[in-house]
Amino acid sequence: MASSSSLSDSGLLTISAKIVVAGGFGVGKTTLVNSVSEVAPLNTDAWMTEASEGVDDLPPGGKKSTTTVAMDFGRITLHSDLLLYLFGTPGQSRFWFLWDDLSRGALGAVVLIDTNRIDQSFAAVNYFEHDSVLPFVVAVNRFEGRFAHDLDEVREALALADDVPLIECDARDRASSVGVLQSVVTHSLSLSRISAPG
Amino acid sequence: MTDPAKDVMTLSRPKTNTMKSKRVRPYTLTGGRTRTRHHLLVETLISVPEFDPVLADSLMPESRALYTRACQRMSIAELSATLTLPLGVVRVLISDLAGQNAVFIHPTAYAYQNNPQVLERILDGLKQLPV
Repeated sequence: MASSSSLSDSGLLTISAKIVVAGGFGVGKTTLVNSVSEVAPLNTDAWMTEASEGVDDLPPGGKKSTTTVAMDFGRITLHSDLLLYLFGTPGQSRFWFLWDDLSRGALGAVVLIDTNRIDQSFAAVNYFEHDSVLPFVVAVNRFEGRFAHDLDEVREALALADDVPLIECDARDRASSVGVLQSVVTHSLSLSRISAPG
Repeated sequence: MTDPAKDVMTLSRPKTNTMKSKRVRPYTLTGGRTRTRHHLLVETLISVPEFDPVLADSLMPESRALYTRACQRMSIAELSATLTLPLGVVRVLISDLAGQNAVFIHPTAYAYQNNPQVLERILDGLKQLPV
């Protein structure tokens, strides 16, 4: 029986929240998630099982594909009764069916951009602009301290709406990555206040 | 590394000798069901308020593994990954366990419509993280 006394005994009733980390291949999603997560990366092959069945069982070459894409996963304990999960969206298009599942219920998303391969993140920006209701921010990852373009150029290149926050970060730096997550929550907060009834 | 939940899963169980093959197509486990009565997001936390060994013994190996693993409060995504069970299967089996009051489904921020008070607490928690 799920008695409330035994729940409070073990200090349970924990709320979990989620932020989605999106962006193309090699833009720094894994780096960002791992710089803030308190847990080791998970083997997430099982999440893809639905995709694998029937589609990937035997590729045309006949060689069994055991290579799956490790999906980024992180967890941060914010309070004893409040956990924040980070889910990276898979870059490959054949796993896009997972985007909806992973992003459902998220408080917001961040799309990471590498200005040297900005095209890698077009799909993610497009998804959050048109196919998702999630609040999102765009973060330009400064690789090796370089930052080749100014933010206005990036906004123009992405054709990003003015109301989408655009920030810089260094995904290797924990403080910077935490700052990105704060920007996501702040943006979600500002939108929730606008839409809050009354 | 020992994996108690895996041991549980591979124990031979005379009562369920109808399951001869170790390889069962995932949705056979759920009777073909893919929908659940409970709204289970990947981040939804599951815990076991009071572990009942008799109940555990009566469960299918996969359900038993989930039940055992959830004794350490764990998210749907982590249960799926650590037990290598598809997300959809985890959802259906956990929903069944919840229907028996065997597991507790914790609320998500989404259940609170990501309301400002919850978001404020999250922001506050992020600001207090050691960096």
